[in-house]
Amino acid sequence: MIRTPLRPLATVLRARAAGENPDAIEAANKARRHAEMADRQRRRAEGRLLVLGLAFFVAFGVIGMRMATLASSVPEEPRAVVAGNPIIGQRADIVDRNGRILATNLATHSLYAHPRDMIDPARVARELVEIFPQMDEEELLADFTGDRRFLWIRRQISPEQMQAVHDIGSPGLLFGPREMRLYPNGPIAAHILGGASYGREGVSSAEVIGVAGVERHFDSSLRDPANEGAPLQLSLDLTVQAVTEQVLAGGMAIMNAKGASSVLMDIHTGEVIAMASLPDFDPNNRPRAPTTGDQSDSPLFNRAVQGVYELGSVFKIFTVAQAMELGLVNPDTMIDTQGPLTWGRFRIRDFRDHGPELSVTDVIVESSNIGTARIAMQIGAERQRDFLRNLGFLEPTQVEMVEAPTGRPLLPGNWSEISTMTISYGHGLSSSPLHLAAGYATLLNGGTLVRPTLLRQQGAARGPRVISEAVSARSRDMLRQVVTRGTASFAEVPGYAVGGKTGTADKPRTAGGGYYEDKVIATFASVFPAHDPRYVLIVTLDEPSEDSGAEPRRTAGWTAVPVAAEMIRRVGPLLGLRPQVDSPRRVGVTLTSN
Amino acid sequence: MRGLFLVLLTLGVMGLGFWAYQENYKTQAAIAEVRDLHRDIGAAHERLGILNAEWAYLNRPDRLADLADLNFDRLGLLPLMPESFGRVDQVIYPPAPLLPVTDPIALSSDNAAEAETGL
Repeated sequence: MIRTPLRPLATVLRARAAGENPDAIEAANKARRHAEMADRQRRRAEGRLLVLGLAFFVAFGVIGMRMATLASSVPEEPRAVVAGNPIIGQRADIVDRNGRILATNLATHSLYAHPRDMIDPARVARELVEIFPQMDEEELLADFTGDRRFLWIRRQISPEQMQAVHDIGSPGLLFGPREMRLYPNGPIAAHILGGASYGREGVSSAEVIGVAGVERHFDSSLRDPANEGAPLQLSLDLTVQAVTEQVLAGGMAIMNAKGASSVLMDIHTGEVIAMASLPDFDPNNRPRAPTTGDQSDSPLFNRAVQGVYELGSVFKIFTVAQAMELGLVNPDTMIDTQGPLTWGRFRIRDFRDHGPELSVTDVIVESSNIGTARIAMQIGAERQRDFLRNLGFLEPTQVEMVEAPTGRPLLPGNWSEISTMTISYGHGLSSSPLHLAAGYATLLNGGTLVRPTLLRQQGAARGPRVISEAVSARSRDMLRQVVTRGTASFAEVPGYAVGGKTGTADKPRTAGGGYYEDKVIATFASVFPAHDPRYVLIVTLDEPSEDSGAEPRRTAGWTAVPVAAEMIRRVGPLLGLRPQVDSPRRVGVTLTSN
Repeated sequence: MRGLFLVLLTLGVMGLGFWAYQENYKTQAAIAEVRDLHRDIGAAHERLGILNAEWAYLNRPDRLADLADLNFDRLGLLPLMPESFGRVDQVIYPPAPLLPVTDPIALSSDNAAEAETGL
């Protein structure tokens, strides 16, 4: 940059020649230079101001625009990480012990209406009724033309129905996605599975909640997304369950019973392999609970878990086993069976006279009430109650069903001497067939406590010891003899060495005391194979009567036992039990310690 | 010196800005891909669920029993019974295949006819 000098020589010389003061030139030049500098600085300051203003304008503009977009957009979480799989949020499946599906989900649609958007409600109502014949046209039309803005029409519809509704073409009919619980096997294991229904419902989704059985008991864990849809594995075997229900239904029809139940349990683990209660229902279309009448007549009632009955003579083995455990008797001790046995105003009779005395084994084989009552008197009330408590008969079963606590055993208010005597042969104490199965499993598996469970177990967890192994073996031997030469002769299934005890209990009158003359609960509690126990099977028939003879026969030996035998014949091979026709170990030879 | 530093700083800031921009878009793309994959997985799950349900429905014991009854003529299927068990020695061995002849023995009559005519 060429700097203009303040005292240019030419101008100064010229001014000197003209006699002017050259300082004036310098001052003028200085002033001009200052003015130029001031100008420059002002322009710079203006430029800076402009840039600064622009920066502020942009900054505030960006903030303003951001605020505007934030205010007008749908709020959204900033996503830095993607956690888990959000898809597997649906209710977990329920599978049997081999992984076969018992309950699963199906994506369907629900149908709802916005009546305000309908153009021709009369036509819509008419055509809807053609698709869903169970709906009422008048009612629909009234709903459509009333002042309702929203209306559910169907909770779940099939794809065909959805297409048909599409074809109506009304803008007021709308679909929402809906998950549906499906039980592909129909009524098989209905009571155990229970059923599901909808909880909180919205247009775009609905909560599927369990209403009974394991669906309700495991509701929170089935819905827990943390499980990532891992299926719930039950101890049931679908094939065995199906066969059990088939045989039981056939037996119930032949024996003219009004209800039936069966429990098949692994004797070591307490796993329930099959549990049936008839009549049953389809959990896909669970009926409503009856509001009037006896709940126990409803198909929803689970006789195996909720039904508490006086199960009769099947209890005798507990009395005898306890007496043997206490060392009061051994299988050959002779017991006075002269009847009738009178205690106060009560008289205990036998089904038929067994003569003056029987050995303890024969008390079980011949099923003598008097003999068992005499043994129970030796045991006493206190010890009997403790023993039954150890076997789990005084509390509801701990099985994983929401109905389990309702199966509370009915106990005598005052456990008197007469109660002790009647309970010894299964009267005066009501319990469920599942209780009985667990009790038999505990008694016969070698004497360790078994808790019934519906979940698949890994290996047998040995519970606390209740009775000794020797007594357990002797009890099995007695039960085997009941089948070979006693009241349960129909239970002989070649190759499976069935042992068991029959029980025929008169039904107590619902109104007032006393018992019905012609209504019984027939029970057969069995174990197979007796020499190497694997499974316990309880079959109970409600009010059976076998009418092929001259007069109806109602004892368990004629009713429950043949049904149980057929069940073992069908179920044994399915459980992988090979029949041992020529047993290398002779049944009846068992270890004894004294 | 100061100018160079400023230039470098500016370039550095620009570079970092460019890097952040790219990373941001890569993350967005990855998230979008994960979302798509989840959607695909969800669809596959739903399909699998339906197929499983259908399989279970078609294999329900009632239906299989009915089918076994319907096709009894052709298949002759019966429920599994204790009699169905056999012993290993009741199973017949498959007939052993004939071994190939590796060292044939010359019979005296093999070339008898030729020998006769040759004589």
